[in-house]
Amino acid sequence: MELVAEERPGLLLVSIRAERIDAAAAIQFKDRMRELVQAHGGAPRIMLDMSHVAFLDSSGLGAVVAVMKLMGPDRQLELAGLTPTVEKVFRLTRMDSVFTVHPLVPDGLRNAG
Amino acid sequence: MPGDPDGADLTLDIPGDALAVRQALQAMVAALTSRGLPPGDRGTAEIVLAEVLNNIVEHAYAGRQGLIHVTIRLDAATLECRVVDDGQPMPGDALPPGDPPPVPPEGEPAEGGFGWFLIRSLSQDLTYRRADGRNLLSFRLATSAA
Repeated sequence: MELVAEERPGLLLVSIRAERIDAAAAIQFKDRMRELVQAHGGAPRIMLDMSHVAFLDSSGLGAVVAVMKLMGPDRQLELAGLTPTVEKVFRLTRMDSVFTVHPLVPDGLRNAG
Repeated sequence: MPGDPDGADLTLDIPGDALAVRQALQAMVAALTSRGLPPGDRGTAEIVLAEVLNNIVEHAYAGRQGLIHVTIRLDAATLECRVVDDGQPMPGDALPPGDPPPVPPEGEPAEGGFGWFLIRSLSQDLTYRRADGRNLLSFRLATSAA
């Protein structure tokens, strides 16, 4: 699973280059995110660009919650670009109310060019 | 994906591991796509089958090898699904209630417990029985044609 992290002012943008955060990949996702959260301990916000992720199951959802807990109460985990099936899982479980959810990675944060 | 002599439209025999489950789900979605099922209904089927199959891998088989047999029949307005495995029985021979996991302010968000809630939210006529050393789970998924 490839996670591409880019620093932006006050925020770490993490692009998830994987199609599925599922039972087969959830632990790897959590482990990679733990490394990034710890390596970028000064970033008060982390935004996950999920626009490449076509599917996420309850294992993947639990892993995203685990990342939020790893970050602690003073840091925010935000989600961007939820695709339809992923959005459905977050909405049905009401976990879309726990994170700030952006339809897309906001314009000013995406890579120029 | 071949049809079954007993009338099922899709039949899958899936080794009980997470990677095989992933591959089977992708094959199932491709087959449902070729049968004209709209994207929203395909997504629902993928979510429910993912949770059912992962549950069998984790709890019914719990590390031992085994196969999971899935049959899906497409009617005009529903998918009729049957899932059979020969792993351990459900605790208490009953389905978990699948209560909605808490979100603030009810409580701290959970890292688990979403699976049965998702299954129950999206399916109808969810039935479990144990027979001849096998777990038999059946359920219906209403489609947007309903």
